[in-house]
Amino acid sequence: MMAAAYLYDAIDTAMLADRAAEFRAQCARRLAGEISEEQFKPIRLMNGLYLQLHAYMLRIAIPYGTLDSAKLRALAHVARTYDRGYGHFTTRTNLQLHWIKLKDAPDILDALAKVGMHAIQTSGNCIRNLTADPHAGATIDEADDPRIWAEAIRQWSTFHPEFSFLPRKFKIAVTGAPVDRAAIRIYDIGLRLARDDSGALSFEVRVGGGLGRTPYLGPVIREALPARHLLSYLQAILRVFNRYGRRDNLWKARIKVLVASLGAEEFGRQVEAEWNASDKGAVDLPDTELARIRAVFRPRGFDTLPAVSAAFDKARAADPTFARFARRNVIAHKVPGYALVNISLKTPGETPGDASAEQMESVADLAERYSLDEARVTYEQNLLLPHVKLDDIPAVYAELVRARLAAPNIGLVSDIIACPGLDYCALANARAIPIAQAIARKFEDHAKAETVGELKIKISGCINACGHHHVGHIGILGVDKKGEEFYQLTLGGSGEDDASLGQILGPALPADRVAEAVDQMVGVYLGERREGERFIDTFRRAGLAPFKEAVYAEVD
Amino acid sequence: MPKLIRWTRAGARWAQDAFTSVLDDEPMPDGSVLLSLSRFHAEGGRVLGEGRRVGVRVAADEAVESLAYDLPAIALVALEFPKFKDGRAYSAARILRDRLGFTGEVRAVGDVLLEQARFMIRCGFDAFEPADGTTPAQWTAAEARYRHVYQRAADAREPAFAERAAAPWEQAA
Repeated sequence: MMAAAYLYDAIDTAMLADRAAEFRAQCARRLAGEISEEQFKPIRLMNGLYLQLHAYMLRIAIPYGTLDSAKLRALAHVARTYDRGYGHFTTRTNLQLHWIKLKDAPDILDALAKVGMHAIQTSGNCIRNLTADPHAGATIDEADDPRIWAEAIRQWSTFHPEFSFLPRKFKIAVTGAPVDRAAIRIYDIGLRLARDDSGALSFEVRVGGGLGRTPYLGPVIREALPARHLLSYLQAILRVFNRYGRRDNLWKARIKVLVASLGAEEFGRQVEAEWNASDKGAVDLPDTELARIRAVFRPRGFDTLPAVSAAFDKARAADPTFARFARRNVIAHKVPGYALVNISLKTPGETPGDASAEQMESVADLAERYSLDEARVTYEQNLLLPHVKLDDIPAVYAELVRARLAAPNIGLVSDIIACPGLDYCALANARAIPIAQAIARKFEDHAKAETVGELKIKISGCINACGHHHVGHIGILGVDKKGEEFYQLTLGGSGEDDASLGQILGPALPADRVAEAVDQMVGVYLGERREGERFIDTFRRAGLAPFKEAVYAEVD
Repeated sequence: MPKLIRWTRAGARWAQDAFTSVLDDEPMPDGSVLLSLSRFHAEGGRVLGEGRRVGVRVAADEAVESLAYDLPAIALVALEFPKFKDGRAYSAARILRDRLGFTGEVRAVGDVLLEQARFMIRCGFDAFEPADGTTPAQWTAAEARYRHVYQRAADAREPAFAERAAAPWEQAA
C-alpha cells in the first residue's frame, strides 16, 4: 500500500540518527554523574523529556498529526516495552509516555528514529511540533494540502540556530480549508491557505493567539501572503518576537502578550519592516524543493468508485448501532465512494486520549488494510482513518468494536478533551481525568448523548490550559483551594470558526459536583433550545442566567 | 583574563584576547579596547582616531543596528548572553552578518555554553568566552555533530534543500 506521507530521505534520516547519538551521550553523562540534574534539565527539555510527579515523561512528536502503520506499530512497541502498555494522545497531536526510565530514553529514540519519528522540539522555548487540519488531503473544501507547508515548516524550524532560545515556546498550526479543524485562532501563529481567482496560493497569517492565564484569539496580521514567501515571513515574525518579546516574566513571555501590547497593526508593521529588510531568497524554499515535498502528498491509490455503497447502506439499515456510528463518526470524502472514519479515544469510563499498545496496533492494521496506510491524530485527542472505502466501513467498524474503539460520540458531550492533570503533571492543581470520566459516564447512553447533540467539554487541570478549557462550550478548570481540588466552569467558548472565550459561570465547584452540574446545564439546554440550536447557540441566545440558576439553585 | 576560543574553518582553537574590556567608569587604558555601546558612542570616535583597534560590547536589550555606520571601523562586536536561555544575541549576530555585512569578529560573552556551540557558529559567531570550562576540541566536535542542516544561516553550510537539488539521486529514501 502506498502511503501519501513524507518519507524521510538520507538527509532527514541522518538528522535523526545524529540527534539520537547526541542524546545518548548526554544521558550517559547524566547517568554517570558527570553532569547534575540542574545541568541536564535544559538538555533533556530540548528533547521532550520531562520529569513529572512519578517518573520521566517523554513527549513524542507526531508532525502535523500524520501517522502510518509502521509509526503506529513503533509507538505500540515503545509503549509496551518501555512504559505501561499505553500512551496518551494530546491536544497538540503528540503522544506522551508517562512512565519512562531515563536509562531507556536513548533506546526509545533509536526505536523511533527507525520509523522517522523523534521527540525533537516537543519541549523548550523553541518552535514546537506543527499541527495541521486532520482532514488534510481528504476534504473537498481545502485550497491546498496543508501538510506540504507543514512539512516545509518542520524542516525549516528543526534545530533553527536563531530560534532555539525564544522568550517562550512557540506553536504553529496550518489549515488549507475554510472550516477550521486545527484551532488556528489559539496558536502563536495560525496559517490558513487560500487560492485567489487566478489560482495563486496565499496564506492568511494570524499571530498571537493562545490560552493559559491570558487567553487571546489570534488576530490576522497579513492577508494574502504569497505562499512561496511563507518561510521568510515566519522568520520575520520569529525575529521580532525573539528580539522584543518579554523575557522578564514567564507569564508574559508568549508572543500573544507582545502582539496585544503593541496592537496587531503595529506588530504587523514591525514584521513587514523586518521582512522587507531581509534576504527572502535565502530563506524561502526553491520551487524545486516545494515540488519535491508536494509530490509526496499527491493523492494516489484511490479506486474509481460509485458515490454510494450498497454494502454501507445495507449495514446502516440493518444495525442501528452501526447507523449511529455512521452518523457520528463518518465524514464525507472528496473522492467518491470514500469516507473519513473518526476513531474515538473517549469511550466513556476511559482516560480521554489514551490508547493501549494493542489499540495502536489495531489502528495500524486498519490503516494499512483500509486507509491507504494513513492515520491521523486530531487536536480533540481522537484518531482518524482518512481514506476508507464506504464498502469497507462495516468491516472497519467490526474491528473497532473488537478493539473497544467504536464509541459513536465524536463532537458529543462524552467526547471530552482533558489534559493529564494532577494524576501525572507536576504543574497541575487538580485532576482532570476522573472529572472527564464522571461526566462521560453520565452520558454513556449514546442515544442520550446524541439527543443532546454537539457539546464540546474541555478540561484543564491548571491555568496553563493544555485542555483548552477557555474554548470549550463548557470549559472546566481545576483550581486549588486550600489544598482541595475545585473546578471553575466557563460557558460559551469555542476554538473553531465561531471562536470565542468562555464566560465564568459562578463560584468553583467541588469535584463531586462537576458532572452533576454539567447534567443540570444540559437539562437547561434541552428545555430551552429552539429548532436546530446546539448547546452553544442556546447559551449565546439565552445567556448565562438560566444555566447559573440551575447549577447554583440548590447550593443556596 | 577569560579564555578565548576562536572558530576558524579548520575548527576551534585557543586564542589570545588582544582587547582590554573597559567598564564605563574606568579610565581608558592603552591598546585595543572593548567598550560598552554607550561608551563607544561617546568616546569611540576619539579612540579610533588614535589608530587603536576598538570593539563594542552590546547588551541583549541593545540594538546592533545603532552600530551600522561605524561597523567598517570596528574590529570586534561582543554580544552578551545574560543567561544561556536568553537567545536575543542570535538574532543580533544574524543581523550583523547577513544585513549589515560585518566581517570582523563576533564574540559570544556571558553564559556561553558548549550545548549552544552549533547554534552560535551557525548564526555567525566566530569567537567565544566559554563559561563552562569547555575546550576548543569539544567545540570542534560539537559543531561537527550534525552532518546536515535544514536552513541557510550566517555560516557557509549548505541546507538540505540545496544538497538535494545538487544531487537528488544520493538522497532518495
